[in-house]
Amino acid sequence: MNGTKYWTWHMGASVILLFLLGFHMLIMHIGSIVHWFSPFGGEAISVKNSLFRDSSLYFTVSYVFLLAVGLYHGLYGLRTLLFELTLKPAFERVVTVFLWVLGFGLLGLGTWAAVAAHRVALPGVRG
Amino acid sequence: MVEQLRRYDNRIGIWGWLGGGHWGVERYAYILHRLTGLAILFYLLMHICVTSLRAKGIYLWTGNGFFHQPIFKFGEYLVFAAFAFHAFNGLRLVLVELGFAVGKPFEPVYPYKTSLNVQRPLLIAMMILTGIFVALGGFSALTE
Repeated sequence: MNGTKYWTWHMGASVILLFLLGFHMLIMHIGSIVHWFSPFGGEAISVKNSLFRDSSLYFTVSYVFLLAVGLYHGLYGLRTLLFELTLKPAFERVVTVFLWVLGFGLLGLGTWAAVAAHRVALPGVRG
Repeated sequence: MVEQLRRYDNRIGIWGWLGGGHWGVERYAYILHRLTGLAILFYLLMHICVTSLRAKGIYLWTGNGFFHQPIFKFGEYLVFAAFAFHAFNGLRLVLVELGFAVGKPFEPVYPYKTSLNVQRPLLIAMMILTGIFVALGGFSALTE
């Protein structure tokens, strides 16, 4: 059944997020303790440190993957919450289509931004 | 043969999401899991839009940027705290769903026992981990 399949993906996505998003959160929010991937010192979110991470192919690829997994997990979770309100079947389909369109739209925007930022950051790092 | 699942109406609406009644601390963890999930999703949607601007050289979260203010710093700390709770409680839910930490099945003989008491140590362990990460995040935010 599709419901079981999508729910299994939702759980699988949560395990991936635990590691990928956990890593992202450690870099960005415990930066003053761990100082990971912030070679220019100061805040992890500074322009120089952001450009350093954007120049890395690993970060570019992992941002896109994280975005895809995060959007699926988040939007499927939202869909589950909304469906618990016992919507009419036609409205459930509208909600599903809207969330798919929103998810793919934001994935497209984020992917474009990650690739564009990688192209901008790469020459700076190479000098 | 395609089986038609019977639909049960949620007659209490949004209260059905939030009403904890007397079901114990796991139920309140479940409510908080949903609230933090919605908060993180809302943040993610904004985060994608704001961070995508860096492709055009616009960094709103640094220097004199709009989001480089104490109120937004505090908001980011709340997002981190929400993530820590959602992640560790979510890990507990995955473990329980897969049958870990729920104890062995036993004959339902009166007086009935609840498996929730078997699960409770896992919840406590996850909340301790959440507390440690929330404290580390707070320390990091204050010392940055």
